[in-house]
Amino acid sequence: MSGIASIHLVENALLVSIQDDVNDTEILELQDSLSRRIAQDNVAGVIIDISALEIVDTFVGRVIAQLAGISKLLDAKTYVVGMRPAVAMTLVELGMYLPEAQTALSLSHALSQLRSD
Amino acid sequence: MPQTDTATILRILEVDFNSIVEEWVGSQIEEGVKRSDLFSDSENRAQNVELLRSFAKGVRAGVVDSEFDLKDTAWEDLRATLSDITKERVKRGVTPTEMATFVLALKAPMFERLKKELADNPEGLIGEVLMISRLVDAFGIYTNEVFINEREQIIERQRLEMMELSTPVVELWDRVLTLPLIGTLDSARAQEVMENLLETIMQRQARVVIVDITGVGTVDTQVAQHLLRTAAAVRLMGAECIISGISPMIAQTMVQLGIDVGTVSTRSSIRSALDDALKKMGYEITKIKGN
Repeated sequence: MSGIASIHLVENALLVSIQDDVNDTEILELQDSLSRRIAQDNVAGVIIDISALEIVDTFVGRVIAQLAGISKLLDAKTYVVGMRPAVAMTLVELGMYLPEAQTALSLSHALSQLRSD
Repeated sequence: MPQTDTATILRILEVDFNSIVEEWVGSQIEEGVKRSDLFSDSENRAQNVELLRSFAKGVRAGVVDSEFDLKDTAWEDLRATLSDITKERVKRGVTPTEMATFVLALKAPMFERLKKELADNPEGLIGEVLMISRLVDAFGIYTNEVFINEREQIIERQRLEMMELSTPVVELWDRVLTLPLIGTLDSARAQEVMENLLETIMQRQARVVIVDITGVGTVDTQVAQHLLRTAAAVRLMGAECIISGISPMIAQTMVQLGIDVGTVSTRSSIRSALDDALKKMGYEITKIKGN
């Protein structure tokens, strides 16, 4: 498991928070370990907290989109939570609308959505 | 360019100062640009005196030959006086033509004096007349510049005010926001609207946002693009966006333009959008019994 972004099991979902200083190698490692944990723990959802992320580029955007795609294939819903306004604007500007991912304002919002599903 | 003698102009300005002012006012009346309705006689005279005084000062200090340049520091006083007078006149509603003619009317009394002074020196006279013409024309052009600048500042200020006025985000209910859009939505405004909206979503932790376009006159592909991008950004933040106020006309246009709103909810009125938003938040509006 990557030491930078740890994966926690909360209720029936995996919680990951991505830090602002995350580099490309770490994020790819995260993708790998997260995929394995989804299958292993048989969770209903994955919550990616990006509230610490102040800037995004196409790479990070694509990784998030891929994470959502992977979870979907493994039958788990992805919630991207806590996106900052500037990040949202940049992603829209880049044309990355993350259609595969669900979004939520906060962790509790995402959990309550997951429970009601 | 014949060599000119600033001494002649200076002497005229000094000796005949008061009568030049008189005649200047006279020719302003003749041209019909005195605007007694806007300025009292004494105000008008004060402006003339001040302008002529800075003119004399400029001639004394400045280069008055083919090298003449109004931007020179020697003419600083005159520029300041001219722009003060122009601003004052613009404020009271004087037109640019009247303002320029007001300044250009100075030529007549000056030429009159030069004609007398240099009656026996036709060549010198032509030189001096040319010089005065150039000077006074430059003053006239300068007033126009000031005039336009003043107007542009007003327009810019109003534009900024409109920008601020036109992007209010209102909290309709707990965690329900609305953004009533009015007027046209160009790229600059769309950006401003989006920034404002997303910031407010974060502050209020809003779950539903109603973007109301009742006040938007026309929706073309560009406006639709801006709206859909705003909706996409709202979704990324974790809130839901409802676009309301789509009139039958706009619905037809959007379909004809082939605009696909995708998963964004649309409603015809803000009323049904609010109803929808409240349902999503788990509220219901019921009639009070007995009313």
